[in-house]
Amino acid sequence: MKRLVALFILIAAPLRAEVDITPVTSPSGLEAWLVEERSIPFVALELVFEGGATLDEDDTAGAVNMMAALLSEGAGDLDAQEFAMRSEELAARLSFDAGRDTVSVTARFLTEDAEAVIDHLRMALTEPRFDEDAIERVRAQTLASLRRDERDPNTLAARAFASAAFDGHAYARPASGTPDTVGALDRDALRAAHEGAIARDRVHIGAAGDIDADTLGTLLDRLFDGIPDAGAAIPDRVSFQADPGVEVISFDGPQTVIAFGHAGIPRDDPDFLSAFVANEIFGGGRFGTRLMRSLREERGLTYGIGSFLSSGLLGDSYQGRLSTDNANVEVVMDLLREEWTRIAEDGVTEEELDRIVTYLTGAYPLRFDGNGSIASIMASMQYQGFDIDYVNIRNDLIRDLTLDEVNDVAARLFDPDALVFFAVGQPVGVN
Amino acid sequence: MFARSLSLAALISLALLRPAHAEPVTHSVLDNGLEVVVIEDRRAPVVVNMVWYRVGAADEPPGQSGIAHFLEHLMFKGTDSMDPGEFSAVVEANGGRDNAFTSWDYTGYFQRVAADRLDLMMQMEADRMQNLAFTDAEWLPERDVILEERGQVLESRVGAQFNEAMLAALFKSHPYGIPIIGWRHEMEELTDDMAMEFYRAHYGPNNAIVVIAGDVDTDEAMAKAERYFGDIPPNPNVTDPARPMEPPHLAERRLTFEDSRVGTPTVSRLYLAPARQSGDQAEAASLQMLAALLGGSSSTSVLERRLRFDEGIALSAWASYFGTARDYGRFSLGIAPVDGVSLEEAEAAMDRVVAEFLEEGVDDAQFERVRRQVRASEVYGLDDTQGRARQFGAALSIGLTVDDVTGWIDALDAVTPEDVIEAGQMLLDRRASVTGYLTAPDDTESAELSQ
Repeated sequence: MKRLVALFILIAAPLRAEVDITPVTSPSGLEAWLVEERSIPFVALELVFEGGATLDEDDTAGAVNMMAALLSEGAGDLDAQEFAMRSEELAARLSFDAGRDTVSVTARFLTEDAEAVIDHLRMALTEPRFDEDAIERVRAQTLASLRRDERDPNTLAARAFASAAFDGHAYARPASGTPDTVGALDRDALRAAHEGAIARDRVHIGAAGDIDADTLGTLLDRLFDGIPDAGAAIPDRVSFQADPGVEVISFDGPQTVIAFGHAGIPRDDPDFLSAFVANEIFGGGRFGTRLMRSLREERGLTYGIGSFLSSGLLGDSYQGRLSTDNANVEVVMDLLREEWTRIAEDGVTEEELDRIVTYLTGAYPLRFDGNGSIASIMASMQYQGFDIDYVNIRNDLIRDLTLDEVNDVAARLFDPDALVFFAVGQPVGVN
Repeated sequence: MFARSLSLAALISLALLRPAHAEPVTHSVLDNGLEVVVIEDRRAPVVVNMVWYRVGAADEPPGQSGIAHFLEHLMFKGTDSMDPGEFSAVVEANGGRDNAFTSWDYTGYFQRVAADRLDLMMQMEADRMQNLAFTDAEWLPERDVILEERGQVLESRVGAQFNEAMLAALFKSHPYGIPIIGWRHEMEELTDDMAMEFYRAHYGPNNAIVVIAGDVDTDEAMAKAERYFGDIPPNPNVTDPARPMEPPHLAERRLTFEDSRVGTPTVSRLYLAPARQSGDQAEAASLQMLAALLGGSSSTSVLERRLRFDEGIALSAWASYFGTARDYGRFSLGIAPVDGVSLEEAEAAMDRVVAEFLEEGVDDAQFERVRRQVRASEVYGLDDTQGRARQFGAALSIGLTVDDVTGWIDALDAVTPEDVIEAGQMLLDRRASVTGYLTAPDDTESAELSQ
């Protein structure tokens, strides 16, 4: 009957990623990771600058975010229209994004135009104009986006969680600021944000595609000519401080969005990988996790539920999210507490661990499937502090984890009594 | 780069021998009617296996909206020889990811796995192409899941509800006006029997396309398709889609969607437009270039430049064309005005700018920039193998051919400024269109927020 079961056991040895990363040091000393891939005539380049919105002060919240948006709104002798036209003439794809912990720059360009694009990008990074009309256009868009956020239950839940978890710290603020702070930002504040955030001392560089190490080194020096050596000081770390319990935020809609969780675990903790594996089994955002089985497959209580280790540069939490009908909120929270207690007390099983190890080690090489994704992973790995050979030993590290190691960290990480829930909606029977 | 099958030196010589745009795409039809497309991309040891069925929400029986999508969920609930959930568990145990999607015209299933697991994926897809079987314990909670899905992705998002209302108003007869996920009151009544009936009427090799993309040898992949799918008999129930078509549109439609969750009021216009036609994509290509010129860039396109930069009355303004559909395409325009500009004023400004554009003609420099980006997109597109697989799957599902897909960039390249202006005349005739206002009720809260 079950003819395919036999195949289930015939699992081939998991692949290694075998990505050939070349460390590159430019003549002036910039370090980058390169994956050379010559079959398509373009280059993907990713820059990650540490700091991001944490560099804002309370009264200039949103400055780094708005500054990043303005990098493509005019630089050097080009105004916003001319800057965009030049990008289009070069068929370059440039984007600038600010997040809580980083400002990232993503560039894709044709090999034949590499030098011209690098000059264009350098102008954006070193000579942004911050023209008054551009500031007002971007401010209007930012304020509109903040207004949408205030009416989006997912954003409201995430913000309530962050605000309680990291009260008094930059992590408690929305990275894009508030209507008040964004309304008050002026050119000086944006210039200061630019000087503080874009600097050599905090950049991580990944590149992939049709370029060799020497050429990349030369281009990077050309790109960073004029970028200051040092930026603003990054704030201190913060510890998780939300009190356990349930908070309801009233919001009209058919469903309630719930953000839940408690303290997490730092990325440089020796047990981080074990915690990562425990979470993958528990709620790691796929089908087949404990939370998806219990709430979706068996009971149809939600379309999707996921949990994640939010381990940032300056602080950590362990969180989950789901949406459910207003009527289901109470039973959902009870089930979450039960699942939390079960994994804290009993851990995971050998079978669950085996299964997740096979999955994780098999899935890892699939990430490295294009120049764009590879460049981004290269920069992100350096930002997260990994060694250059990590790609090729990561699967061994996962395979070497023991059940005791994973369950010890599960007992440490999962704490049902510490759970905090932010329920945005009109939950029935919950106060 | 990936030291598995090719050395770096081999990759370089390969690049010299083969220009980027000549990556091999091979197409074949098995005796049972199954179409097979193989896209070789040997850069990474990864393969995407997709099965597309030429059936979707637009083929549902009246009163059963959502059944195509419900069936898509139930396809993971077991076969005669596999347990519920086993499909995804096997994919996962092999380090892969799998998922599925439903549109009006097609339903697709895919797995991304290491290239040496392809056989197993194809075998399981062939199995559920003919042997679907599930029990009450599976389908009943799954119906709750799709209702939760509607709650989460549609009813909790005011923009999605607005779009649903716009499409329902645009299509007077054709089922493109019915939401893919279904109307809630009909979804609540869907049953296992309806799903099985839909499956028996539409699923089979003669109504399917297999797309294999990635680190495979074309001949080997074709042989595997024959091995796993070749023995499945054609489904005699499969017929050509017979859908209600649109009558002439003689009256423009207008609607207002008011909701307290609206943060940014917008005007949106949807026009009924021609879809891409196999063998003759010139008109669709002209509309695509028109959309690129009017709204393809957030700075330099005509609507953004005039309305956001020059006149300062828009937060953003956009245009887009969707032509990859079996029966009808859609052209859309829209504007989100800045505070203090009413939706009526915004709509009038948008229409004025479009009319001026059609009157004044295309700016040569802008046209050249758009063409250059079109050509570059061919290069950048090669980096995304799964995206290419989706392009071929979607196109073949709606009746286009491999040549239509590979010829699309050339069709865009052949468009002249005159073609764009001619195609754009349709925007001046609002009879086949719907205009929607998305707005928040006047209340103190929004007054404070918009100070």
